[in-house]
Amino acid sequence: MIKTEKQRVVTPEYLFFEAPRTRSYITGSEAANEAVRRGNVDIAIAYPITPQSETMQQVGELYAEGYLRDYYRAEDEVGAFAAMSGASRTGVRCLTASSGPGLMRGLETVASWPGHRLPLVFLIMCRVINAPLSIQPDNLELGYMLLTGNVVLHAENQQDFFDYTLAGFVISEKCEVTLPVAVAVDGFFVTHARGWVEMPSADLKLPARECYSEAVPMIDNENPPIRIARDAPIQKSNFISYQMHAAWQQEIQAALERSRQWITRYLGGLIEVVNPGAETMLIASGSAVSQSREAVRQAEEAGKEVGLIKIKSLRPFPGEELRQACAHAKRIIVPEFNCIGWLNREVRSTLYGWVDAEIADGPRVCGGITMPTEMILEWVFEGKPL
Amino acid sequence: MQEKTFIRMSGLGGQGVVTAAHILGVAAVRSGLLSTVNPFFGAEKRLAPAESYVRISTHPIRERGEVLFPDIILILHPHVITLGKCYTMPFFEGLQPQGKIIINAPEPLPLGERDLAQLAGLAAQLYYIPATQVAMEVAGTNLSTNIAMLGALLGVVNLVKPGALEEALTERFGGAKFIASGTTAALDDVLKGKFAKVAQLIEKNVAVAEQAKSCVQQYAL
Repeated sequence: MIKTEKQRVVTPEYLFFEAPRTRSYITGSEAANEAVRRGNVDIAIAYPITPQSETMQQVGELYAEGYLRDYYRAEDEVGAFAAMSGASRTGVRCLTASSGPGLMRGLETVASWPGHRLPLVFLIMCRVINAPLSIQPDNLELGYMLLTGNVVLHAENQQDFFDYTLAGFVISEKCEVTLPVAVAVDGFFVTHARGWVEMPSADLKLPARECYSEAVPMIDNENPPIRIARDAPIQKSNFISYQMHAAWQQEIQAALERSRQWITRYLGGLIEVVNPGAETMLIASGSAVSQSREAVRQAEEAGKEVGLIKIKSLRPFPGEELRQACAHAKRIIVPEFNCIGWLNREVRSTLYGWVDAEIADGPRVCGGITMPTEMILEWVFEGKPL
Repeated sequence: MQEKTFIRMSGLGGQGVVTAAHILGVAAVRSGLLSTVNPFFGAEKRLAPAESYVRISTHPIRERGEVLFPDIILILHPHVITLGKCYTMPFFEGLQPQGKIIINAPEPLPLGERDLAQLAGLAAQLYYIPATQVAMEVAGTNLSTNIAMLGALLGVVNLVKPGALEEALTERFGGAKFIASGTTAALDDVLKGKFAKVAQLIEKNVAVAEQAKSCVQQYAL
């Protein structure tokens, strides 16, 4: 008997909040793999690129053990992501993963998933995308993901990677959402690093995907979204076609908005706030949160209270939450692992006109090196260093 | 032991720099300490620079990524220094005052005067260990060099409980398959092929570590 049939189906609420958990000292890749093991996943679609290869190799072992119903090795990222479109459209639960340049190669398809209303989970293990070639965890690629209409969650550590991946399947398939969920982590610093992860028993799994309770029908050529893919508005080119296209695009944004309630329920909110009353607030996502936590501790030792806002969900973006959490702030610092500062831009456009705080233009590291906590502390204590 | 010990291991691809970090991290956890482990490398290529970082602490460890300011540096191959196969230059960049450096070399390397003066200024402690030689003599394979380096480390600093290293070796090689990459899996198979049984692999590597403890020698700066 295949192993998935021996697992007991439980509600997401039981699996996430009530089932007893035990601790394991594992890598981020293993944590994602353990989420897939409990995720009742039908098919995983793999194409290798460092640093995500390790997870998908492990998921291949899950298939061999009988936890997955199918495992498909694609020809490249365009093929892998197109196969995800096909798999999701048939109504099964599907998973893929990529990193940096691989994500960029398949971005056209990734940007088309939301419009096709495809529930799926896409793991992103961030990696440098620009030349010179590098495999280290610079998260510039997430700047592109923000524009695609996917739900984008940014995990801080191995525990988040486990929890967000499992929750991702459920959020993605909610009727009022029916969108792809990307779960991103910074490569190596999370994927290849060991830490403690608390997990419910591997004898439990999520309920199967219920494709008939989602927002659009599966494999139905006479109804949207396949109908409008086959018989695209552009071929009509009249005012109705543009109205239809506009309405469809707006509906994707509305669906993103509606995902907030489920992200709040399953991840405990779109943000986490440490030291909410502090005049200096750090705002970060991913590994930059871990570095900021240590900076907050060191600042406290030096006698200064510094606050921290961890952003768990990049899309939808926690605009209202940030405005409230920063209303009192005098100085806002946004540590990032990319040279562009996409989070800084998000923060500025969200808070413009709402707060009086000075928003520092950094600090940033790029090319995939880590951010020393000392660097954050320089910005906290000395203003922008020369 | 001090509250926090941050370790940087620099070596060459294929030497087990990453594996050594995982084993040390597990040994620390089995000693009741907190630990995080992080590898850092480019293409998975033999003899290319490879680094790994182990953070061990009695208190929660928040930061991630490379250890930029290590308390201890392990150099698994002389080429890290002599050919600059390293992510940091000089090889002791970021070393904390009173920090320790353990180098795998059969005899002291011809370090430059400026390097030696800087190390003396940090009140650093420099150690040499013929780790590859110990691995060859005790285990019959240079693939145990990384374990000899861990032995030398434990000979210099009492980081983990007695027996914890053996438990970590058993977890890594004796139990379920550890899937990292095709290259790692292939190297694991090569290593296992050097010994008749997994039990022997673990026993010999424990002996390598023990022998290394007594072979590590401090170099006066």
